[in-house]
Order: sequence, then C-alpha cells, then structure tokens
Amino acid sequence: MTGFSDPALSRLVAGVLVLLVVATAVGLVLARRARTEPARATVANLNARIRAWWVMVVVFAIAVWTGGIGSIVLFALMSLLALREFVTLAPTRREDHRTLLWSFFVVLPLQYYLIAIRWYGLFAIMIPVYAFVLVAVSNVIAGRTDRFLERTATVHWGLMVCVYCVSHAPALLILEIPGFRTNARLLVFLVLVVQISDVLQYVFGKLFGKRPVAPVISPNKTWEGFLGGALAASLVGAAIWWATPFRPGVAFGMSVAITLAGFAGGLVMSAIKRDRGVKDYGVLIAGHGGMLDRIDSLCFAAPVFFHLTRYFFTP
Amino acid sequence: MIASILASAARLVSGASVFYLDEPPDEAQRVYFANHTSHLDFVVLWSALPENVRPLVRPVAGRDYWEKSALRRYLAQKVFHAILIDRSRHTEDGESTLSIAAARRTIDRLAIDMGERDSIIVFPEGTRGSGQQIAPFKSGLYHLCREKPGLELVPVYLDNMNRILPKGELLPVPMLSRVVFGRPMRLEEGETKPAFLERARAAVRELGEL
Repeated sequence: MTGFSDPALSRLVAGVLVLLVVATAVGLVLARRARTEPARATVANLNARIRAWWVMVVVFAIAVWTGGIGSIVLFALMSLLALREFVTLAPTRREDHRTLLWSFFVVLPLQYYLIAIRWYGLFAIMIPVYAFVLVAVSNVIAGRTDRFLERTATVHWGLMVCVYCVSHAPALLILEIPGFRTNARLLVFLVLVVQISDVLQYVFGKLFGKRPVAPVISPNKTWEGFLGGALAASLVGAAIWWATPFRPGVAFGMSVAITLAGFAGGLVMSAIKRDRGVKDYGVLIAGHGGMLDRIDSLCFAAPVFFHLTRYFFTP
Repeated sequence: MIASILASAARLVSGASVFYLDEPPDEAQRVYFANHTSHLDFVVLWSALPENVRPLVRPVAGRDYWEKSALRRYLAQKVFHAILIDRSRHTEDGESTLSIAAARRTIDRLAIDMGERDSIIVFPEGTRGSGQQIAPFKSGLYHLCREKPGLELVPVYLDNMNRILPKGELLPVPMLSRVVFGRPMRLEEGETKPAFLERARAAVRELGEL
C-alpha cells in the first residue's frame, strides 16, 4: 500500500510543510534583526538547521509515500551513516577489520531485510543474540586481547544503537493492529513527535533555559527546555491522534513516552561524544552535525514506542 | 572519466572531509606529500583536490607494484598517468640494492616527467605504514627540490585510512576520514638533507594533531 491514497498522511505532511514555511519566515526576520556577533551566529546556525530540515522532510516524505520499501531503505541508509560515525570514534583496531565488515555488510542489511520479509521473530533477536555472539567470536579469531572487552563492547553498542534501535522505526510498518492498516502513519507519528520534541526543546531552551539537567554531559540541555519542549511536543502528538490508532489521551501518553526516551537517548549519545572528546559525530547535515547527532533521540524512542504499541495494540 | 568515478567512489567509501589550512590548491606546479597507510591514500588525496587541479596532478608510485597485472598497468598508465619509479628493493641482509647512481637517475627522470606543469603526489615513507606513526622520509623529496629549485611542497595528512582499508585487507570498512592540506613549504637555502626531511615529516605529523 502506498501513501498516495492516504489523506491523513497527506494532511500530516502538509502540516509539516506549513510549519517549515513559518520557520523559514521567522528565520529570515531574525536574520535581519540580529545585531550582535553571537546573535548572528545563533541565527545563522538556526537557518542552516531549517534549510537542512527542508531536505530531510522532503526525503522522508518521498520515502513514506513509496510505501514500505522506501522507508526501509531510507532507515537502512540512516543506520549505515550512523554506524560509520559511531565506529569512526570507537577505539577499534586493525584486528577488528573483519568484525566491522560483518557488521556493516551482513548484520545491517540483514536486519532491514528481515523487516522487508516481515519476519518479526528473527528481527527481534538477530542482533541481541546472533550478532552479539558473532562479534565476540570474530574478535577472538582476530586474536588480539588488549582492550578486548572495550573493543568488542563498542561494536555491540554500535550495532544495538545504530542498527537495532533505529530499525524499530520502519518495523512499525509490519505491526498488525486490528482495524488499522495504514502503519506508515505510525512511523510519521513517531518521527514527528521525536523531531518536534528536539526542536521545541531547543527553542524552549534558548528562550527560557536556566538550570542545566546534566551540566557535565550536555550544557545546552536545561530543565526548562526539556520540560517545556517535551510537554509541547506531547500536546502536538495528542493533537494528531486522528492519524493514529490511539485515542487523544493515549496519543498524549505515547508522546510522553517517546519524548522521555528521546531525551534519554540524546543525553546518552552526548555522554559518548564527551567520552571521545568530540562535539558532533560528523558534519553530514549542515547545522545539525552528523547523522547520529540528528537521530540520537530516535535511537531510544523507536524501540520503546514500537514495543508499547505492540504490547497494547496487537493481539 | 574513469578517474573521476573512482575518485567519487573513494570519497564515498572514505567519507573524507577536506580541510585546507591555506587557500585551496591552484594549478601551480607542486609536490603533495602525505603519510601512507592504505591503498586508498592516493585516490582519496587526489579526489580532495579541486576539480580543475586534478588533471594536472599525477601520482608517483612503485613500478614493481603497478606493473604486476594488466589492470594495475591500465590504472597507472591510462587512468591516473602515474609516474612509475624503481623503488629500492631490500635483499635478505637488509642492504638496499638500488645504487646511488640509479637513485639519482630516478630523480632525474621524475623531474623530466613532471616538466614545468605537472604536479605530483608522493608518499615519502616509501611504503605503507601501520598508521601508528610516520616513518622517516626517503631522501627523494630532498633531491627533487635540489633538482627543481623553488619547487613548492604541500604537506597533507590523511587520517583514518588505515582503519578503513588496512594493509592486507581487500574490502574497506566505510568509516569516516579526514584529508588536511597544510601550508606550502620549500627547501631553504643551505638546509641539510636530514634537517629538511625531518621538517617535512614534522609538517605532516603536525597536521595530524590539529
């Protein structure tokens, strides 16, 4: 089933496009009014982010509209880009080369292939069970023991965060919910709430942010930004309940879970960046950093939302 | 055509972000010299040059390696117009078998092949290293500067290539890398060979520490 025939999906995308037009207009006005040097830098970064949002929204909309396969391919590519950023920062060595080849060229495509053939059972355990063993054994065969646990655990983490967790977003497409057949809307709901939450937390943080949540890990994340952004994003989620199988109250609750998990994901990925001594995972998306910087919230939110929906809404 | 396809492929695989400390290289004749850890090094460095400069930049590579198979010969001669040189081979007791006279001839040939227009890419370590540290430079760089007074040398640091495609591996892991171009340098008046080679090596190493 493609998204072309679904009016609710079209309305969601139209809503996002209207938002982007408004954001672009606001960005232009701010750029005119910015007087001081730091203000100009902030606005320039903001406008770079908005421009990147246009590209990301268009790419995502096209992928969703093609129905299942486009979304699966898009998220597989996102996993690939995220994993490459993750592994680049990881303390892997020459001896881990084969392990990494397995991860990139077998485990990652297989995980998304399992979604394409709707094999949920193996999808849910392939990485936590088989890839877990494979990575450890492959590193043993390579025969280097110094920092063995660190090197092996890093690849495990990379696969879990960048592949396993992210793959739960397109896996929403294979959930069988009685009386609800347009699963692409669930995917849009998840991505919309996660990203709106990121944006609103950024906005609330810039406007009202005072008390940092975890100053050592991420000085930019404040209680004001987090609570304001998460609450506002959850209200947005509740407001688009009509696109989901949820009643408004449930849509709100789901959105709260998504924003909480997303916030946790952002903090954890920041901690890893601090540990490796970098600010961003990459330079892929202008103003945003790398792929992993953009989808850090999604990494944690996707599996949580997937399993909440699966537990409560599938037989 | 094939060259730019290969360059794009190498850029894609190596996810290279490019930094120029100075202005981006122009079409002036230069020697780009870099650390060497991977088969990807030359193509990625080449692809990091501005498009109008690339056709003028040729790799200098070992004849023994690049004439081994028809494919390698084709790539070296037809695609990248490589300047192939005879590397010193080491006998079992570690003695270099290439005489000083032969080495001199190699540099003479190199200078002639470059002419007044072509730039070159060289890896003065002579062979691929492990990526841990940069090996001492061979003296060809110095002799070439003597041969062509005033020649500008641009140090380049290639980061992470050895993790993407280490020595002895066939398939690359698509990690991210960096190509950092430093400021041009030249052989100073009266500079000795060891001092110059060490300065050149330090220039590459410093780019890696940025």
